[in-house]
Amino acid sequence: MIENTKCQCGHNNPLGTILCEYCGRPLQQDNAEQSSIDKEMRYEGKARWSQKAGKKSIIDHIWSFFSSVKIAIYLILITLVVAGIGTIFPQEDFINSTTPEVYYQEQYGKLGEWFYRLGLSDMYDSWWFFALLSMIGISLVICSLDRIIPLYKALKNQKVMKDIQFIERQRVTHQQEIDPTQKEQLLSDLVAAMKRKNFHVKREKDALLAEKGRFSRWGPYINHVGLIIFLLTALLRWVPGWAIEDFVWVREGEMQKIPTSNYYVKNERSFAEMYLNQNVVKKYQTDAVIYAPDQNGNLHPVHRQSILVNHPLKYKDYQLFQSSLIPELGGIRLKVMDRKTGQEKGAFLVKLTQLAVNQQYRVGDLRVRLLEYYPDFALDENQQPITKSQEPNRPALIFEVLEPGQQSGEKIWVISGENLDQITKDNRFAIDLAGLVMVNKSGLMVRTDKSLPFLFVGGLICLIGLAMGFYWQHRRIWIRVKENKLYLGAHTNKNWYSLQREIQQVAKGCPLDIQLVRD
Amino acid sequence: MEKIMESFLLGTFLLYLFSSISFMMGLTGKNTDAEVANKKANRWGKIAIWLAIIGVVFQAVFIIMRVIISGHFPTSNMFEFVAFLCFASVLAYIVIYFMYRTLILGAFVMPIAVILLGYASAFPKDIQPLIPALQSYWLGIHVTLAALGQGLFTVAFVAGLIYLLHRVGGEEKGRQPFYLEMVLVILLMFVGFSMVSFIAQAVGYQTTFTHMIDGNQVEQVYKLPPLIGPYKGQVSNSSSGWKEPLFNVPSWIEGEKAASKLNTTIWAIFSGLLLYLIIRLIIRKRLSLLLHRVVKNLNHELLDELSYRAIAIGFPIFTLGALIFAMIWAHEAWGRFWNWDPKETWALITWLFYSAYLHLRLSKGWLGIRSAWLAVGGFVVIMINLIVINFVIAGLHSYA
Repeated sequence: MIENTKCQCGHNNPLGTILCEYCGRPLQQDNAEQSSIDKEMRYEGKARWSQKAGKKSIIDHIWSFFSSVKIAIYLILITLVVAGIGTIFPQEDFINSTTPEVYYQEQYGKLGEWFYRLGLSDMYDSWWFFALLSMIGISLVICSLDRIIPLYKALKNQKVMKDIQFIERQRVTHQQEIDPTQKEQLLSDLVAAMKRKNFHVKREKDALLAEKGRFSRWGPYINHVGLIIFLLTALLRWVPGWAIEDFVWVREGEMQKIPTSNYYVKNERSFAEMYLNQNVVKKYQTDAVIYAPDQNGNLHPVHRQSILVNHPLKYKDYQLFQSSLIPELGGIRLKVMDRKTGQEKGAFLVKLTQLAVNQQYRVGDLRVRLLEYYPDFALDENQQPITKSQEPNRPALIFEVLEPGQQSGEKIWVISGENLDQITKDNRFAIDLAGLVMVNKSGLMVRTDKSLPFLFVGGLICLIGLAMGFYWQHRRIWIRVKENKLYLGAHTNKNWYSLQREIQQVAKGCPLDIQLVRD
Repeated sequence: MEKIMESFLLGTFLLYLFSSISFMMGLTGKNTDAEVANKKANRWGKIAIWLAIIGVVFQAVFIIMRVIISGHFPTSNMFEFVAFLCFASVLAYIVIYFMYRTLILGAFVMPIAVILLGYASAFPKDIQPLIPALQSYWLGIHVTLAALGQGLFTVAFVAGLIYLLHRVGGEEKGRQPFYLEMVLVILLMFVGFSMVSFIAQAVGYQTTFTHMIDGNQVEQVYKLPPLIGPYKGQVSNSSSGWKEPLFNVPSWIEGEKAASKLNTTIWAIFSGLLLYLIIRLIIRKRLSLLLHRVVKNLNHELLDELSYRAIAIGFPIFTLGALIFAMIWAHEAWGRFWNWDPKETWALITWLFYSAYLHLRLSKGWLGIRSAWLAVGGFVVIMINLIVINFVIAGLHSYA
């Protein structure tokens, strides 16, 4: 079918145009019905690339696909449903288990097993969820580009004098006979009344165009730009070095290297504070000092700050967050007893975390040397001592006690929770537990994220767009007097009721009787 | 001070209740003359809107006093949040009222405010100390704005509901009147639950069970009489005669408070159904049919736009409060701006739902009935996030 794109008014329109760019007359006969006007007015009846007639290339097809709002809504709904399904059971990040393949089945039965098998247990990091979000991003770009350019052109070159048919076909429309001698007075009254309502009014012969809030039409596109910046930034986070997330445990009094950096963090003190008389934590705090190396590799303190939940430490690009705090066995206080006299010779502190074999302690006039250390003591099948882990769950130590001048002394075993008096009956000395020393260990999350300012800007633009689009509206009123008859048509992109009420208020001032809605 | 604060809360409740009654008074009656009926509705409506405004001021005083007493913004547990949501809904209605001067919404918003405040009061009301993660000024900003957005969505839901009552409520048969009736029954379940909780609280009912979870003996406190008890639970302490459960849950329901949550749900369902049955016996027709008679003379185009307008106003506020500020706070508290925590995910789902609504309405021309059903659906999503996510699915946000 060859469509005639030349309008009766003589204007030549591009192929695919629905309403004449010049006078607004419908160009295709099947569009001439009242019901389709809303659809046509949405983009001013302009031809969009996605509606290009004739032979379409692959790119045109992809473009048409993503430019459809229907597809965009489907993408939103699919994402919505899928995201919801992912919350049925906790994600792998939140479970207390290192073996998700067993965990889900054990905890949630058959359903849990399928949840894991279908990849729903780690879905927000999966490639297909990523693909879904990317498609929304592509749809955002193409939908916006496809519409904003024709819309911009159309709104920039508006004609004041519109075809009567165009005015009559608007959703809000009115016509009435007028006294030709009153015409001038009426039109100037209308201009004044509409100006009072903050409309920009243009006049061309016997036609008026009143318009306000056009900028709100750009709101959705600005909002989409913000969302695109946001989504792109989320992609950038995959670039190495842009977003680092690591974790470091630091015991009180110790210093640790901050992963991925040259800095060190020292934990001077860390503690938890409870509310008075209540079993609720009030505060987790770590007093931290950052050390940086100079040219010679010597460490110097460069930053000092208390880290609290909601108050992370910030130094250069790095941020340290208080993520965890647990008390841990840090040292054992031991006392040396003389078995003959029953006298205590003295006590010494064994710091479990800084323990070295052959380390010596002075206790009175005695020297105590550490021979062996098993943090997590057990016996293997040959009854040989081993350690199950490096955690001080059941520390066992072998000491040698030397009297002044002695080169070798007697060996003494210390195993936590065991009384070995019977085994070492012949020994002169005994080493007994005098007390435990607990230290707090702070778990600090290490973060550097260069994408944050971009995310922030994206969010801000998105909000500006939303506010423009939703807190203002684009309203236009066309008025034309032809052959003793006044024609009025009005269009808005939203809030039709308010527009109609506004027209009624405008009409009230001039002697026009327009009743569109009940007040 | 706390006594005064509590009387302000009670005052708020009564003012909202009287406001609802006053709105209702204006709508009911057998005036066949439209003019007379209109005048009557206006007279009662004016009284009602003033009661609502005084109620909001009372609740604002309550909130300020609670801030002074506790030192933090009262949005940190279930009672505080639901009460604030109620406050936000009434505030949103008053704003919409001054934009459109429409009284009719109030006749439904105010009863819903009463239901919300009643529902809030079913949860422990005492001031709880803040855990470290919540100690931030963002608690006031993020939660408040999110709740304001949700308050506007609540008003949109109410307008949509009235629209549906107007358009399809009068139909004798069909799917839509059926679903509409279902929505009303679910609302009655909230009422039923609040009433049962109120009675149980008033008489100081409490029963404690001991039972085993993973080999550990735990205690479970029931604030409502046990219809269903924990698996192999033993009553260790009870305040009254009703202490033995009628049933026990099967062994696979074994979570920490799973049995008492299930018990609460059953109470809500049955008390709601009982209320519905009583209403049916009194009015002898479908509830939606009765309400349809009340609203049938309204301007449905206005209702349609009101519903949309409330969402249009609420959407940017919700975006700012529930997503953007949420991300900023999450980054400060946890080091990550997005965790895919269930509450967060459902905030995103709410946002996606309303953005689908807006695209369907603005680009696809979904107006009227379809748009109204979507406004109802959006409220369901909000309620899922508020109730199901808090009680069934635990996460970083389940503080209540």
